[in-house]
Amino acid sequence: MLWEVDIHPAAGQPDLTARQVETAAAELGIAANLQVHSARGFLIQGDLDEKQIARLAAELLADVVVERTVVALVGDNVLLAPLSPSLPVGSRLNESGSRLKDAILPPSAFPLPPSSVIHVLPKPGVMDPVAASTQAAIADFGMKADAVRTLKKYWIAGLPEESFPLLCSKLLANDAIEQAVIGPLPFSRLEVGSPYQFKLVTVPIRAMGDEELKALSLGGQLYLSPVEMRTIRDYFQTLDRDPTDVELETIAQTWSEHCSHKTLAGRIRYVDENGERRFQNMLKETIFAATQTIRKRLREQSSGVSALHAPLSTLHSPPSTLPSPLSPLPSPDADWCVSVFADNAGVIRFDDEHNVVFKVETHNHPSALEPYGGANTGIGGVIRDPMGTGMGAKPICNTDVFCFAPPDTPADSLPPGVLHPRRVMKGVVAGVRDYGNRMGIPTVNGAIYFDPRYLGNPLVYCGNVGLIPRDKSFKHQQPGDFIVAVGGRTGRDGIHGATFSSAELHSESDSVSGGAVQIGNAITEKMVLDVLLVARDRELYNAVTDCGAGGFSSAVGEMGEKIGAEVWLDRIPLKYEGLSYTEMWISEAQERMVFSVSPAQWPELEKLCSSEGVEATVIGRFKPTGRLVLKYHENIVADLAMQFLHDGRPPVIRDAIYTPPVPRPLGKGLGARDQGLGTEIISLGGTAGSSSSAPDAANSSANTAGQASSATQTFSLPSPLSPLPSLKKILSSLNVCSKEWIIRQYDHEVQAGSVIKPLVGVANDGPSDAAVVRPVLSSRRGLVISCGMNPRYGDFDTYWMAAGAIDEAIRNAVAVGADPRRLAILDNFCWGNTDRPETLGSLVRAALACHDMAIALGTPFISGKDSLNNEFRSSGNEPISIPPSLLISALGQVEDVGRCVSMDLKRPGNLIYLVGLTKNELGGSHYALVENLEGGEVPKVDCDLARRTFLALHEAIGAGTVRSCHDLSEGGLAASIAEMSFAGGYGAKIDLSKVPHDFSPLPTNLRSVPGEGSGVRTELDATAVKSSSALEGPIDIILLFSESNTRFLCEVPPENAPAFESALQEIPHARIGEVTADANLEIFSDTVSIREDLATLKEAWQKPLRW
Amino acid sequence: MPIPHVLILRAPGTNCDRETAFAFEKAGATTETLHINRLLENPRLFERFQILCVPGGFSYGDDIASGRILGNQIQHHLNDQMMKFKDDGKLMLGICNGFQILMKSPVLLPPDREQGPLATLTANDSGKYEDRWVHLEIRGGKCVFLEGIERMYLPVAHAEGKFVARNEGVLRELDAAGQLALRYVSARTSPTAEIRTGMAGDVDIPARILPFPENPNGAQANVAGVCDSTGRVLGLMPHPERHLDPLQHPRWTRGEAGAVGDGFQIFVNAVRYFSN
Repeated sequence: MLWEVDIHPAAGQPDLTARQVETAAAELGIAANLQVHSARGFLIQGDLDEKQIARLAAELLADVVVERTVVALVGDNVLLAPLSPSLPVGSRLNESGSRLKDAILPPSAFPLPPSSVIHVLPKPGVMDPVAASTQAAIADFGMKADAVRTLKKYWIAGLPEESFPLLCSKLLANDAIEQAVIGPLPFSRLEVGSPYQFKLVTVPIRAMGDEELKALSLGGQLYLSPVEMRTIRDYFQTLDRDPTDVELETIAQTWSEHCSHKTLAGRIRYVDENGERRFQNMLKETIFAATQTIRKRLREQSSGVSALHAPLSTLHSPPSTLPSPLSPLPSPDADWCVSVFADNAGVIRFDDEHNVVFKVETHNHPSALEPYGGANTGIGGVIRDPMGTGMGAKPICNTDVFCFAPPDTPADSLPPGVLHPRRVMKGVVAGVRDYGNRMGIPTVNGAIYFDPRYLGNPLVYCGNVGLIPRDKSFKHQQPGDFIVAVGGRTGRDGIHGATFSSAELHSESDSVSGGAVQIGNAITEKMVLDVLLVARDRELYNAVTDCGAGGFSSAVGEMGEKIGAEVWLDRIPLKYEGLSYTEMWISEAQERMVFSVSPAQWPELEKLCSSEGVEATVIGRFKPTGRLVLKYHENIVADLAMQFLHDGRPPVIRDAIYTPPVPRPLGKGLGARDQGLGTEIISLGGTAGSSSSAPDAANSSANTAGQASSATQTFSLPSPLSPLPSLKKILSSLNVCSKEWIIRQYDHEVQAGSVIKPLVGVANDGPSDAAVVRPVLSSRRGLVISCGMNPRYGDFDTYWMAAGAIDEAIRNAVAVGADPRRLAILDNFCWGNTDRPETLGSLVRAALACHDMAIALGTPFISGKDSLNNEFRSSGNEPISIPPSLLISALGQVEDVGRCVSMDLKRPGNLIYLVGLTKNELGGSHYALVENLEGGEVPKVDCDLARRTFLALHEAIGAGTVRSCHDLSEGGLAASIAEMSFAGGYGAKIDLSKVPHDFSPLPTNLRSVPGEGSGVRTELDATAVKSSSALEGPIDIILLFSESNTRFLCEVPPENAPAFESALQEIPHARIGEVTADANLEIFSDTVSIREDLATLKEAWQKPLRW
Repeated sequence: MPIPHVLILRAPGTNCDRETAFAFEKAGATTETLHINRLLENPRLFERFQILCVPGGFSYGDDIASGRILGNQIQHHLNDQMMKFKDDGKLMLGICNGFQILMKSPVLLPPDREQGPLATLTANDSGKYEDRWVHLEIRGGKCVFLEGIERMYLPVAHAEGKFVARNEGVLRELDAAGQLALRYVSARTSPTAEIRTGMAGDVDIPARILPFPENPNGAQANVAGVCDSTGRVLGLMPHPERHLDPLQHPRWTRGEAGAVGDGFQIFVNAVRYFSN
């Protein structure tokens, strides 16, 4: 019998789901006045009578205080009518199914035909965690359900029925994982799988020519290159046999871009304006090499003396109930890297007892097809990385960074196969929220970047930090150990994730690769985590790793690489019958870990797991054979040499070319000029490039006006010059505006270690630079998590984009108090199709910057990941490639979290300092974005000055001289001071003419003058300015909006000014204003005056994403 | 002074157990964190403890509804032990998901035979999970955990925390009995104190539900926590274990935190109860 239990909001209770659907339908342009009634439901198959099912409805499935139920056998028409909203409150409807039917009013109450109902169900085989829990909970009632499935129901009015399929595909259901049924359900039983009949499949690869190999690679979703396919064919020719399907799959998985990073770790011939460079292993020679250089230097210096300065005062440290830190940091010069680029996550030293681990992954392609499931399993997957690092770390916080197309993208402009960015964004946020929150891991840091080029290919970066005892930081699997699968069961979900994630998306991706999309079950992973930490401390295993992309194939293959392994596939616990041996092996079903367990340890581990309801199964054994052997019962289905698997892949050889774009002065974009906007041409000495390259089309009008030459920076600005509207537009721009709607949906305080929250300030809603957490509740030692990214700069020069991202990540961390000498960083490269030499060239160039910056700043890379081929193809259109997108994540440390600072202004009368040099760098800026300007100079980084600035500022913060600190990034000085002001609820008065700058080469009317106090200052000569009206606007615009790197605003109490200035005496800095008691932001120079009340600025900043 | 032993009850998906145990230990208690399976195997384990705390998290994923599956397990298998624990004069505390679980047990608000549960915690009016800090005021003097506390500033973090009574009569009775012990209030004033329904008996039910975000979920009568008729069982949506230390206050950098976090007194009160 197949029962259906529908649960409706009771009369007088809000139908929140229906309202959300109505809103979203209007937003997506599907229907302006949709009327929806919703219900959630359960399909329960089993030998249950009416009374039993009614009891389950009342006591298990519904909340009788606020909900009403309808119970009937599937097929009964009573299930198709919406429940009348006018039922009396308080009536209980749980006695019997027949009475429930009586409660349904005739259709006149909500006059909809049965065809107006839409059912949405997970497709068979798709993870349905609620159904699984329900089945178990039914057993707790002493009843038995053979199968359970959840469903959602919507009764729709206000839309013609022929538009229902559109509503389903655009909003209600995702075809990758769900089926939508309009009208009655067309089945009366749930499929539970049928037994699998073993049949060994071999692939006659030895006889294949190039065309057939190509067809096999594509058709079998192996996604291997022709030379790789030929290598495999030749290998099996020497073996004198054909491979089995599972052997081919294993090789494809091991050799996939996702698992082997073959492009970036491959041979690359790179050419740029400086000449040619050949890499044998690009990653090793850039990013890894930088870390090695830093570690070597640290070890060499460790004999030297270097104690931290003791803090000077306790100005703002509250009388915490925690003990003061007893032991200072170990010498910051010692090599504090523990395990880098080796394990599932990078490992560094934290305190005397613990190390910390950090990993950031991407889950882009699954998120493009199914945003909720993709992001859900993205965060679930990256949490397993620290869990699978060393002997297992305890996850302590998450970081999540997303890239989307603008949410106001017109719905009718979407190419086929593309989900609307608003739907993608809502789904991704919900996916991260539901997994992270359920795991009990605070999501403390993140960012979102918007660009139209992410339309078909959004990016979802998920990161996790873990804490691990120092003596558990390495794993040691042994020959003879059992291979033990722990956690979730294996199903048909996630087949081909590793190979699929290495391919481009196209408009039919959802139908071809739907199996790669999954839904996670966070509680299964939490249960695994609970037993893992206990088992680790009781030493019940020798090694652990996660089952990620590639499933058992990847996990066992990597663990057994140096030993050899035999796996008994028939023992793998399955979600349902019918999986072939190959599916069992390559399934990427979530929430699974693989342990290496000695026979002596096994009984106790098994007992522990079973005591908490966690499934643990011996599925094989590591054997010192150097071979990977897979058996299904007595049949050997694979027998491969580990050496061929891991070392047999032919090297990928690629060309990479980088041609710097022709420098172009800042000027109106073509689009705007064509609209005939009045512009005033203003020029400022200063070159966009050292070359005398001919000006291109974009500034030809400037030439016509006779104001520009090839060596002159040209502005063409809206007239009259009005920086205040620009500031408001920047605050309202999607990248800058408040992300509170998202942040609050994440539990950012669970585990109770939160010190600096993502939202700070007088109303708890200002944008924190970084998050600080205390992973050990009895200690004041803290971790700082921050990030840096700016894809816009990549359009100018990916070298400076990368350098800027590193600078930004570090300055965000330093701004809250992180010690720059103890800061580790991670790289995540998301790029377009690197088969194109230009695309790969832009990536290599970014990697070179990573190398140079890391060494110069002493911040080692400890882990990283790349995701290539982020392009979207639809028939008849040019592929859309994402912009080069390098995310830098930073993990910093603070000795005493009581010394941390937040970014909100604290007290009227305090002084405001600008630290760092402002340069003529508006290229790629948000000013240029909102004013539709192109060209200009992209921000560069002065590495030596950056290093010294971070150190000096850290000393000033550590000494307690700084009350608030905020970095300058998108929107420059103007956006930064606006944020500090409205976050703190205090005004600020800023004198623009005091801003230290370095306009190089200096126009004749600028001269350098020594600063009044300590430090170097360059000042605008007011007289000169007045004599040259052409300069007024541009200089102020640069000072207000330039996005030059390594700059901070600091709020300093007057009494601390001498100490602050002394700490920064070697660094460009200047007092540029003060905090005021009135709620106005005032920025002035001799020529410009901005004055606006904070409420207006804050509203501009909060409004765009206040969903 | 006798030191109470605290049972921190954990189930699949519980995730605030460590910081909750830390809070009780800091307040002077000893703690033991036990998986629900241990209690199902051996219900007599209850006897070792003086305080039962069901901490926050997502027990069994909050699948079906928050706290439903664990609540049912307790009701099906451990109801007698729970009732005895309470009748023995011991204390019970449910925080967030723990509150949602206790709401499904007769130890907090016993359902009436005819009409079932008196009240529930349902989806926030905002329709989504939210983490934010709220101001709270204590009502009625009967709850052991809240003794001597007037106001608190604590974070809430939930999707299903809207308190809804079965009907207004139930709400009024609970209020009259002093069981609606914890209310969301505005930062400065307490509108609930000023606005009365005008109903007979001077029953103090606010006519006005505070707007979002002061009342973060739309709870009737701005209820954030309720206690049982004895005052020895408390369930609350906010997280006192997340505000033990001034450094957890969202505005400690502005000098707004006190010497001790607002949530700490709840744990101190529980421990002190056994020293009297």
